[in-house]
Amino acid sequence: MYDFNYRKASSVEDAVSAVTGAEDGRFLAGGMTIIPTIKQRLANPSDLVDLAGVGGLTGISVSGNTVEIGGMARHAEVNASSEVAAAIPALARLAGGIGDPQVRNRGTIGGSIANNDPAADYPAAVVGLGATVRTNRREIAGDDFFTGMFETALEPGELVTGVSFPVPSKAAYMKFPNPASRYAIVGVFVAATSGGPRVAVTGAGPCVFRVAEMEQALAGNFAPEAVADIKIGDDDLNSDIHASAEYRAHLVTVMAKRAVAQANG
Amino acid sequence: MPEGGIGASVKRKEDFRFLTGRGAYTDDEVRAGQLHAHMLRSPHGHAALGSVDTSKAEAAPGVVCVLTGPDADADGLGGLPCGWGITSKDGTPMVEPKWPVIAQGKVRYVGEIVATVIAETAEQAADAAELVEVDYRPLDAAAVTETAHRDGAAQIHEEAPNNLCFDWDFPGEEAAEAVDAAFEAAAHTARLELVNQRIIPHSMEPRAAVAEYDKGEEKLTLYCTAQAAHAMRLLLGAFVLNQPEHKFRVVAPDVGGGFGSKVAPYAEYAIICWASRKLERPVRWLGQRTECFVTDAHGRDHVTEVELALDAEGKFTGLRVNTVANMGAYLSAFAPLIPTFLYATLFAGQYTTPAISCNVKAVFTNTSPVDALRGAGRPEATYLLERVIDEAARATGIDPVEIRKRNFIAADAFPYQTPVALLYDSGSYERALDIALEKSDWNGFAARRSASEADGKLRGIGIAAPIEATGAAPSAIAGQLGARAGLYESAQVRFNATGTVTVFAGTHNHGQGHETTFAQLVTDKLGVPLENVEVVEGDTDRAVMGMGTYGSRSLSVGGSAIDRAMDKIIDKGKKIASHLLEASVDDIEFDSGTFTVSGTDRTISIGEVAFAAYVPHNYPLEELEPGLDEQAFFDPVNFNFPFASYVCEVEVDPETGSVSVERFTAVDDVGNIVNPMIVEGQVHGGLAHGIGQALMEGAVFDENGQPLTGSLMDYTLPRADTVPSFDLDHTVTPCPMNPLGAKGVGEIGAIGAPPAVVNAVVDALRSHGVNHIDMPVTSESVWQALQSAKAS
Ligand SMILES: Cc1cc2nc3c(=O)[nH]c(=O)nc-3n(C[C@H](O)[C@H](O)[C@H](O)COP(=O)(O)OP(=O)(O)OC[C@H]3O[C@@H](n4cnc5c(N)ncnc54)[C@H](O)[C@@H]3O)c2cc1C
Repeated sequence: MYDFNYRKASSVEDAVSAVTGAEDGRFLAGGMTIIPTIKQRLANPSDLVDLAGVGGLTGISVSGNTVEIGGMARHAEVNASSEVAAAIPALARLAGGIGDPQVRNRGTIGGSIANNDPAADYPAAVVGLGATVRTNRREIAGDDFFTGMFETALEPGELVTGVSFPVPSKAAYMKFPNPASRYAIVGVFVAATSGGPRVAVTGAGPCVFRVAEMEQALAGNFAPEAVADIKIGDDDLNSDIHASAEYRAHLVTVMAKRAVAQANG
Repeated sequence: MPEGGIGASVKRKEDFRFLTGRGAYTDDEVRAGQLHAHMLRSPHGHAALGSVDTSKAEAAPGVVCVLTGPDADADGLGGLPCGWGITSKDGTPMVEPKWPVIAQGKVRYVGEIVATVIAETAEQAADAAELVEVDYRPLDAAAVTETAHRDGAAQIHEEAPNNLCFDWDFPGEEAAEAVDAAFEAAAHTARLELVNQRIIPHSMEPRAAVAEYDKGEEKLTLYCTAQAAHAMRLLLGAFVLNQPEHKFRVVAPDVGGGFGSKVAPYAEYAIICWASRKLERPVRWLGQRTECFVTDAHGRDHVTEVELALDAEGKFTGLRVNTVANMGAYLSAFAPLIPTFLYATLFAGQYTTPAISCNVKAVFTNTSPVDALRGAGRPEATYLLERVIDEAARATGIDPVEIRKRNFIAADAFPYQTPVALLYDSGSYERALDIALEKSDWNGFAARRSASEADGKLRGIGIAAPIEATGAAPSAIAGQLGARAGLYESAQVRFNATGTVTVFAGTHNHGQGHETTFAQLVTDKLGVPLENVEVVEGDTDRAVMGMGTYGSRSLSVGGSAIDRAMDKIIDKGKKIASHLLEASVDDIEFDSGTFTVSGTDRTISIGEVAFAAYVPHNYPLEELEPGLDEQAFFDPVNFNFPFASYVCEVEVDPETGSVSVERFTAVDDVGNIVNPMIVEGQVHGGLAHGIGQALMEGAVFDENGQPLTGSLMDYTLPRADTVPSFDLDHTVTPCPMNPLGAKGVGEIGAIGAPPAVVNAVVDALRSHGVNHIDMPVTSESVWQALQSAKAS
């Protein structure tokens, strides 16, 4: 681990100015990604600005048709929230399937989506539910937020303050975990939303993506059979020691089918 | 008789310490004035090493010195030694290239040390290491087991043409001819090509070491994560450091797991000892998990072709094995032993196969060196045998249970001389299998399979009947086979004046429960309460001598030494008692802690005898020395042969290829059992390890020797939720070769589980035309196997 300056921010403004004012400042949320990276000397930030004490970033609330989750909400909190479980059970379950108890008790939704690991779970929910990401500066549509592998629409010094999830009529997330890391080899989030069915896939490609063909099929018939024979191409999919692109493409179909079945209950 | 003797499931004495954070591990040894070492490691699998410029690093804050390969040469350091020699079939000794503690001229695997930075803090050492300028010229690598010895492969060591370390035939020409004849006459044959993949040991505690040189005494002390402190001292002192044994103390304090990987002497230990001697300050090193991934000796890594010949009745008539065994870039201490005498001698298994022969080519590659890892050689042997038997069952149409039963060595055939050198002392194989079949509800499998099918799943059941040779070793035999050390064990049993007992043993406890099991031996034989017995291990200045803990040898060899020392205690105690009770020594009997004049009610307790021995006011001093403190060595006359029958049941999701182990029944015979709970724990751990190898684990290198499984994010270990709840039972066939009737238990699970699991998976997939699948059986490999079976 390299030396860095540690600062505990008191407010969103304080955090943002501390990060922008530093030579190479970063927000510190749960630290589950950034701390191991620094420990392995793969990152060398000059300053870490801790968001743990910032008011207004925590908390979960459901009002009308929207679930609001604060940027610093821990995975374990989302998983345990009875309000989330009642409104979007698939989201609570997704959070409960991230990593292990230690990771879930530290890791945050803001950190997860800001990091945009290609195998992370939350991006599938953000895109699959058509959520809106709120930052200290603006609101970003979930569809526009994830721009590439480990890349997002966030600008330097921009802080995720929360995510608003519209409540779907039904939804489910089906994850095929990497046996070692338990991140998604393939994770498929399906939802029947007011804007029509959505199918978002994480783990399979460099960045979360939607499967238009499946969405169209589900619009006609929201049933497992509708997607069971839809194969996606494997040209742009990830291939590594855990799964070939061909296998990932296959799993997308299987997980989509199972997710629809689960969403239908 | 106090409670807690042999056969009692007492809780482990050491658990309080471990569970409450009071253990004292190597890294807990903090020394005044200590320095920290950081190892700069090669990022290349194979590269010519030009200059290593340390000037900037030396000028960095806190840096005391930077050591390189030429420095080690200048100071006369030897290479890391190999403890076992193998002779090739043409009579030449194996190729044994020097393994310098710091690379010289070339780096041969990712992780090889190219420089060591020693600084006031660990961070300063790590920071400065980034300033060392190393001139690498990358070379083509030979990193693939199967092809490393073929023409055109990159050459790793000048002295090893075609990267061949040895080319070994066993048992010899005559056997090979007998096998050829068996195949000519065979009614059926079965053949498999299989891989026993490389796995990484993963002890919970990473390797660590602290060295302190006392210039006044000219004495070096090394605290390190070792399974065999005396062997570590011998190998490092005599071969690498030129540090005389009486001026070298090695302490292995609490050690968090070893699995074989903490037996060999490692470069880091030699380097910090050397640095401490040079700098006259304590020097410490703590391995990071990522370092341990590439530098803890790996295990297995065989590519094998196996063929079995059978007669018309399904009796095995011949077995032929051809293996390429990957040694890694250098020869770790016991690496050559593993694919040879720990491997080929197990090819008879539990069966009467009359003719067996094999050839093993050991090759160097640009990968981490391998060494012993839980089972070491025996898992590889058992896997190929139990797999080819299932293949033979398929080829002959004989049921897998029936074919095994037709070939078992009968219970009345012992001692049984196998064609592969080992003389089995005892066994009762069919009984263990019958119990396993019954407990696993083998006959109810069809119904469970139908239930799975109704659920869209494939269900399979598999057996393995493993045997192993533990309790290394009769030193004389080991010597004939190439061992460069003896393999006895020693113990000292010391009564203290007030009647408590301290046992000093040459073995080492790093999870096996010796502090409890060995104390139980004392309670049982001498009648001393369990809490009054302390077991001391892992310190060359305290235990007389010893070869350490590995190969499931501690109880049968070390425990037997304790037993012998207790015999001497009783003998001497009788003499003291005869004096105190004024009776002839021949009339003194000893039982449960009490000496009695036979046929009378005149008794004296062993505590009183001990007191008299140390406070000899009324004592036969002219005939007998005071004190009650005895030492014994035990060198076994043979190995011992634990055996088992395992039944595994898996469910496969044909859509994703996922495999889950649904049931696992294990019936083990490890001889007499001292602590059933500890034995169960050892079996659980072994089975989990074996299931891990079967379904999850696997070290992957690319063609340049880059490790692709460099962290737990990529290397899958079994976890609580990926192993089933085990159903255990045991039979007891005491080993006639040691006073305790004990056999080893630490490895059998890891040896027997992989073929049981893979046989079950293949059984599940058989109806889809799949007859073999290599380990680790991942979801994708199952799915691909089903795809290609569908296609063909
Ligand atoms: C063993 C392990 C297993 C895991 N398994 C999974 C898994 O199965 N599925 C999964 O999805 N994830 C998994 N994770 C990742 C986990 O979810 C992390 O919590 C997540 O990646 C990062 O969240 P964090 O709060 O820890 O962020 P940090 O590590 O603190 O920060 C990550 C990055 O995001 C930035 N950042 C943090 N918060 C904000 C914010 N509010 N606004 C803008 N930028 C911000 C930081 O500056 C940093 O660059 C795993 C992690 C580990 C260690």
